[in-house]
Amino acid sequence: MADIKLPANKVQELRDICAKFNHEKGELINVLHAAQGIFGYLPAEVQDIVAEELNVSVAHVYGVVTFYSFFTMTPKGKYPISICMGTACYVRGAEKVLDEFKRLLDLKVGETSANGDFSISCLRCVGACGLAPVVTVGEKVYGRVAPEDVKGIIAEYK
Amino acid sequence: MDIVKLTIDNTPVVVEKGTTVLEAAKTVGVDIPTLCYMKLDDMEFENKPGGCRVCVVEVEGRRNLAPSCKTECEDGMVVNTHSVRVVNARRTVMELILSDHPFECLVCAKSGKCDLQSLAQDLGIREIHYQGEKSHYKSDHSPAIIREMDKCIMCRRCETACNDVQTVGTLSAIYRGFNSVVAPAFEMDLDHTNCTFCGQCVAVCPTGALIERDHTWKVMDAIIDPKKTVIVQTAPAVRAALGEEFGLEPGTLVTGKMVSALRKIGFDYVFDTDFAADLTILEEGTELLGRLSKFLAGDKEVKLPILTSCCPAWVNFFEHHFPEMKEIPSTAKSPQQMFGAIAKTYFADQLKIKREDLVVVSVMPCLAKKYEASRDEFAVNGDPDVNISITTRELAQMIKNANLKFTELPDDDFDRPMGESTGAGVIFGTTGGVIEAAVRTAYELHTGKELDRVDFKELRGMEGIRSATLDFDGLPINIGIAHGLGNARKLLEDIKAGKSQFHAIEIMACPGGCIGGGGQPYHHGDVTVLKKRQKAIYEEDAGKTIRKSHENPYIKKLYEEFLGEPCGHKSHELLHTSYFDKKKKIEI
Repeated sequence: MADIKLPANKVQELRDICAKFNHEKGELINVLHAAQGIFGYLPAEVQDIVAEELNVSVAHVYGVVTFYSFFTMTPKGKYPISICMGTACYVRGAEKVLDEFKRLLDLKVGETSANGDFSISCLRCVGACGLAPVVTVGEKVYGRVAPEDVKGIIAEYK
Repeated sequence: MDIVKLTIDNTPVVVEKGTTVLEAAKTVGVDIPTLCYMKLDDMEFENKPGGCRVCVVEVEGRRNLAPSCKTECEDGMVVNTHSVRVVNARRTVMELILSDHPFECLVCAKSGKCDLQSLAQDLGIREIHYQGEKSHYKSDHSPAIIREMDKCIMCRRCETACNDVQTVGTLSAIYRGFNSVVAPAFEMDLDHTNCTFCGQCVAVCPTGALIERDHTWKVMDAIIDPKKTVIVQTAPAVRAALGEEFGLEPGTLVTGKMVSALRKIGFDYVFDTDFAADLTILEEGTELLGRLSKFLAGDKEVKLPILTSCCPAWVNFFEHHFPEMKEIPSTAKSPQQMFGAIAKTYFADQLKIKREDLVVVSVMPCLAKKYEASRDEFAVNGDPDVNISITTRELAQMIKNANLKFTELPDDDFDRPMGESTGAGVIFGTTGGVIEAAVRTAYELHTGKELDRVDFKELRGMEGIRSATLDFDGLPINIGIAHGLGNARKLLEDIKAGKSQFHAIEIMACPGGCIGGGGQPYHHGDVTVLKKRQKAIYEEDAGKTIRKSHENPYIKKLYEEFLGEPCGHKSHELLHTSYFDKKKKIEI
């Protein structure tokens, strides 16, 4: 396991959230959701804290984290790239766009580049189907993306 | 009491409301096959995720087949357990499970004792119509338990044992769908987790996914090495269960035959862990009286209640889960380790050999003993006090390898000095036994009077948590007993909350105590087997001439010639230990 140190203020924030949920075992998914919001991902140390606060086994927490694809144990990149795979985007060629991102960055879905700059994930519909296929980088939305645009998008962040 | 009336396979059945179809069928002689289902009656634990679908039945008026383990009986229900549709579905389910299972039965450690294998035979599966990808998962080889998860069928029995019965929480199902598997947090190997190695997961696993680490060949290597003197010690619970491996009824005592077999296998000396159990009583009993007299003298610092420390899985449990209480348990080593420490000093001296040339083998009902023997503090310059620990099941394997017809072996007796034991040593094998043995000695040492009875029936039984108050000549002594780590946790939490008023508490990690250990012949969920083994243990005790540890003549001699006095300087050096805080620290 990676020996990472969590920032104390964020850990306190997490503990406060557990307290807000009354340390209820049944709130595990909500707590993990909030934890991922705080840390960006769910490293082992965060799962240890959640297990301790809710008095459940860390194996159980890990079971839930690995069950739901929303939860991730890998930190997202500084510029998280998401490609919409919703129906509209998909039929308009989102997969080819995704393949191009994967090829140019040499990453798989769910991975983060070694320098921590980029990560690739897929999502379902950002509510901009008129602009399909849609790509988001952080908060910025790119519409009508073609595979040949991908190189330019990446270049903006390099 | 509310009752419901229904028909199962054309037979009318009347059962209490809430009874499952599976249970109701049993009352009319219908044995519906099951796989993931497991019921540990006396412990009131059930594993019924309803996941395998082997126990499906047809209920008239329902569109889908129903899993009988989870379907409650209703008034007027008409159930068919072997219609063509049911039989076909059951076979399909079984073939699908088998299609994702390695075909290694001929060389699998569980072969012949595997629930999946016997069910496939019972259903007469001769062909598997489904072929496809098989799931693969890394195997995990800890000092005690081996996980071969390719053989896992996701019945979740191990999770029930680990999380509900034992409340250890090492195992959980992870991932989803085809990738799902049972694993520790972050998929670490067991020896990096809070696993206590109690082996209850192994005891309930229906397949070869969870098995013990096999050390039988290490034992044979030592026996054929002419430079080594190889001695063996056998734990009390082994003799009450070993016979089951050779077709004898559960509860058949096979002490004499076991000694015969060990001699024929080639051990130089055949000794008894019961001897070391007697020694444990002298040390632990003296420690208890020491703490008690300080307490009575008004010492507020004294740690009470004293907790027994014979069970290595229990030791692991408090080191991981209750490290703040690590000063409370007795510092006395377990009988296995006391035996090793005495063998490698006192006995090696008698034989005039170096400790490195003496190989100590232990036969234990337990998987945690393998781990315990490998703990660093139980070795001198890298030479462990107990070199190899094998289970009851492994001993049975060695007996078979030696071509011995076990049931026809003559009775033989243990060697001296370390084979002499009392009835008190024998009952270490069952829940309640250690504390009863301690009471027999502590009473006489404390009061200076002879006990008029040695049987303390109030300490016996199978209830998870028991208590009794004994009269030590005017001084009331409160005794607590817990078996199964879930029950131990309840007791510990009471102590922490200041609710408990016990002076001494016995804890054994496995349900039933060592008789239900993770290294014993598989009980396949039938916990009545444990009661039969328990009865056998008390029978052996009753048949002994000497029944109090402090009256064991060879123990007396050991103190006179070598140790000095109980809890004295030499005892502390050889027979006592200390515990470690193993709780995972979160670094911030």
